[in-house]
Amino acid sequence: MSDDVSTRARADHALDSGTAARTSTLEGEPLLGLHEMELNFGPQHPSTHGVLRLVLKVDGEKIVSVRPDIGYLHRGTEKLFESETYVMGIPHTDRMDYVAAATNNHAFCLVVEKLLAVEIPKRVQVIRVLLDELQRISSHLLWLATSAIDLGAMTPFFYTFREREQVLDAFEEYCGARLTLNCMRIGGLPVDITPRFLQMVHDFAGPFLKRVDEYEDLLTENRIWKKRTVGVAVFTTEQCVEWGVTGPPLRATGMAWDLRRAIPYECYPELQFDIPVGKNADTYDRYLVRMAEMRQSIRIVNQCLEILDKAPAGEFKGKVPRVIKPPAGEAYACVESPKGELGFYLVSTGGNKPYRMHVRPPSFINLQALPEMAKGHLVSDLVAVIGTIDIVLGEVDR
Amino acid sequence: MAEEEKPPAPAPAGEKTPDKAPEKKAAAAPAKPKGPAPVDASGKPLVANLSNAVPGAVVAAQEFVGETTVEVAPAKLVEACRHLKDSESFAYLVDLTAVDWKQRTPRFDVVYLLHSFKRGNERIRLKTRVDDGEECPSVTGVWMAANWMEREVFDLFGIRFTGHPDLRRILTWDGFHGYPLRKDFPIEGIDTGAAIYPDRYPEGGGPSPNDPNRRTVS
Repeated sequence: MSDDVSTRARADHALDSGTAARTSTLEGEPLLGLHEMELNFGPQHPSTHGVLRLVLKVDGEKIVSVRPDIGYLHRGTEKLFESETYVMGIPHTDRMDYVAAATNNHAFCLVVEKLLAVEIPKRVQVIRVLLDELQRISSHLLWLATSAIDLGAMTPFFYTFREREQVLDAFEEYCGARLTLNCMRIGGLPVDITPRFLQMVHDFAGPFLKRVDEYEDLLTENRIWKKRTVGVAVFTTEQCVEWGVTGPPLRATGMAWDLRRAIPYECYPELQFDIPVGKNADTYDRYLVRMAEMRQSIRIVNQCLEILDKAPAGEFKGKVPRVIKPPAGEAYACVESPKGELGFYLVSTGGNKPYRMHVRPPSFINLQALPEMAKGHLVSDLVAVIGTIDIVLGEVDR
Repeated sequence: MAEEEKPPAPAPAGEKTPDKAPEKKAAAAPAKPKGPAPVDASGKPLVANLSNAVPGAVVAAQEFVGETTVEVAPAKLVEACRHLKDSESFAYLVDLTAVDWKQRTPRFDVVYLLHSFKRGNERIRLKTRVDDGEECPSVTGVWMAANWMEREVFDLFGIRFTGHPDLRRILTWDGFHGYPLRKDFPIEGIDTGAAIYPDRYPEGGGPSPNDPNRRTVS
């Protein structure tokens, strides 16, 4: 049914027998077979996590092909970078992956610092890592809540948002914003942390491992959850590498590849944490990997708190020139964002604005593999597949 | 990515290896406190192997802030990528993008960033020069991941990729005219009408030339 020849033959037959041949609404798509139907999934579907349109070709309930249609949120962020100074570019990064603004800010600053060759003080590195890991937890919590809702489990939402609120409150105490943080500057941080911020992070981190147990109680051995996720959207290591898929989907295949270890940045080499991996490379394993990652993140948060408790106030900026003009050249820097490898590629001509700033968004690249992952599954599984890739459309479209 | 700086290996009987590597390196070595400076990298074994395996592929190679950049001739691009993937285990295409150098004659740089898991997370950047209106060979046959990345470059820069299976606009909409990331595209964007009917609307938007109320500067 899926190959073009038989599809065309069936359509021709339909034409001969007086049934109108149905063509796809999309240019370049082959004719639809007799039993095939085209279905628009989105762009306003709640489970697409934003404005993602998928044009499905279905045979009954089975997915024959998926064609993602993206760009509804395209704002020309890369063009905006070129027209504004380096510091003015940082707030734009908040709006890409808007549930993980800190890691975006971080990657942007890293690439400029790489060209400027500035030394980042140890304390600043620790605060940055702390913010990154809090952000990773909040992003994974949001992912858990929404993808559980997509599969019909309402309860985890109320649990995870209780903790996510604590993280956002801590961010608010630190920089005044809850979502679009703008919490890093080239060479350092905008403000120093406050004792109240540290206390809030302590209050959050103390009982958090127990909270993760609570989420796992709800889902890990839940029969419905397992039925919906085990064996769904298996994507092997080879496929992940071929399609450039990074982050939890890659680690769920059993490959322990994490940029925090592979291409270390900031003070990660001095911190103790493991890279959780899965085995079966399916949706369930990706869920387990993300749960384990939250536990590892809290381990890192605790180590950072230990360091910062000894130095609750101090320097929060490296030695950077007042006007930031990186030398001419190009550089690429990447961080492990909650979704995968987030990279910035900067071309500078020595001016105070980037000549070109390109973003390598993990969501965009991971979403590309969606048609491969969803092929052959049922329409209802597609919701699980979208959830398991963990996309943020702000980052996909930029 | 922290690659140790190897002294340029004696150039194997390769064709394209410039032999002025040592003196450039000596000049760049004391410049470290001032800031990073590019260093010729054509002597690196990886680059030398590439220029041996695919003769004529390597145009230039340099190392800057710990990143190796190899400029590749467009005609040899796919062959070079094949070699790097199959023989040098650069299995993961990290990024593919373009840079618009408006004044330069081959106007665009198409930039590829490759990653190897087996070589201890080594990365290499390939660059190839393409002029406005010229086609760039597609690497979708080498890495599946290149599909959307090339579509994005086509959409935003207007560089066509020969051999791409499905070269359509991806971030802007079908029927949009203009390439937003080119340096001559206005930062404010263009009028929707102008984006759809470039022949009836003036460049840069505004009312149609046939509009009696249209005001012009001159």
